[in-house]
Amino acid sequence: MPDLLVATRKGLLRFAHDGKLVEPPAFLGDPVSAVLADPRDGTLYAALRLGHFGVKLHRSTDGGASWEEVAAPAFPAAPDPEGAPAVDMVWCLEAGGSQEPGRIWAGTLPAALFVSDDRGASWRLVDALWDRPERKDWMGGGYDHPGLHTILVDPRDPRKLTVAISTGGIWRSTDGGGTWALCGRGLRQDHVPPERTFDPGFQDPHRLAACAAAPETVWCQHHNGIFRSTDAAETFVEIRDVLPSAFGFAVAAHPGDPDTAWFVPAIRDERRVPVEGRLVVTRTRDGGRSFEALGRGLPERDAFDLVYRHGLDVDATGEHLAMGSTTGHLWIADGGGESWRLLAGHLAPIAAVRFLPD
Amino acid sequence: MPTVTFTAHLARQVPAATLEAPGTTVREVLEAVFATSPRLRTYLLDEQGRLRKHVGIWVDSVPISDRIGLGDPVTATSRLHVLQLLSGG
Repeated sequence: MPDLLVATRKGLLRFAHDGKLVEPPAFLGDPVSAVLADPRDGTLYAALRLGHFGVKLHRSTDGGASWEEVAAPAFPAAPDPEGAPAVDMVWCLEAGGSQEPGRIWAGTLPAALFVSDDRGASWRLVDALWDRPERKDWMGGGYDHPGLHTILVDPRDPRKLTVAISTGGIWRSTDGGGTWALCGRGLRQDHVPPERTFDPGFQDPHRLAACAAAPETVWCQHHNGIFRSTDAAETFVEIRDVLPSAFGFAVAAHPGDPDTAWFVPAIRDERRVPVEGRLVVTRTRDGGRSFEALGRGLPERDAFDLVYRHGLDVDATGEHLAMGSTTGHLWIADGGGESWRLLAGHLAPIAAVRFLPD
Repeated sequence: MPTVTFTAHLARQVPAATLEAPGTTVREVLEAVFATSPRLRTYLLDEQGRLRKHVGIWVDSVPISDRIGLGDPVTATSRLHVLQLLSGG
């Protein structure tokens, strides 16, 4: 497997291709909320959420042996600071397109999109999304504030951006963030008044994943289930009757096959633990018509592991997967998830796992 | 001139040695500190200039009351203690 970065509540870990932990961990004791390995130049980025001292961003140009602090995304200073926004957490980091050297995107709590064009040395708020009047309807989903947790950059045209907000729906830009439109028709939100059930602006998409080879195919692990789009998130079709459950947070899309994706189910909203204590990964290989529950090597009983939005990743071959839980367990899989192996079992809660590009 | 001391917890993240800094309010003293140690700013204040939620400042034995404007008065003999408040585990 490729090397793996694991962002935890108490530091950033790197596991080598042979599965061994690279010592020492970075930021030992500090919460790491997001991580990025930039495929364009190999730079690593790690966002910290220091309990006392706020959000910080560090980058490394030597594979994580040393780190330098750079600017963190921040809102512009308001004339009246009372009630003005401040970044509470960086929830996701993504690289810009291959023809956009130095461009990095960041999604935050409260839900906002920031962009840097100098590898994190400076950031600016994407006003066109922040200023959308619909923002007044966004709500917290798991945190006090709404949060922006997914940024999809179309590999064919990096001006095409898709972002997802819990809870504030899915938004698309085709001009690099200059204008935004709400999309995601067909998504269904149960815990709102019935008139709003299918309102795209009231949806809670937990996580999106697009097929790299066919980016118009977008999978959505939604608060109410699993949905799939074949038109770049404009419209979705719900996939029902997924066993053992369609509730979860994470989703990974096969990089080459738009019909294959993986999910990690929990019982349901108010019981976020594996069904019957048995942890499985569900996989479809036929565009969602059927699912397999893959559990070989995963705990078969008494498991309380929950996998957060960024806690599941697949490598560029589609063969290797990594999964980290809030209980501090880290697994890797071969064969597209057929067989899992526990890599570490006593970690802090895991926020994100991410394979390094080869 | 007022003296400013910092929690050792902060020094783990960024250099923060005890120093003297001029000023008649907490804001003025902190701005003088940031003039010599600019990295400290984002560790103590958020982007709106407010004291971070889990950072506390005491002027001598009294916690400051103006956590947004930082207008609490400081005298030439004051000692400012920058400390962490409780935050998670």
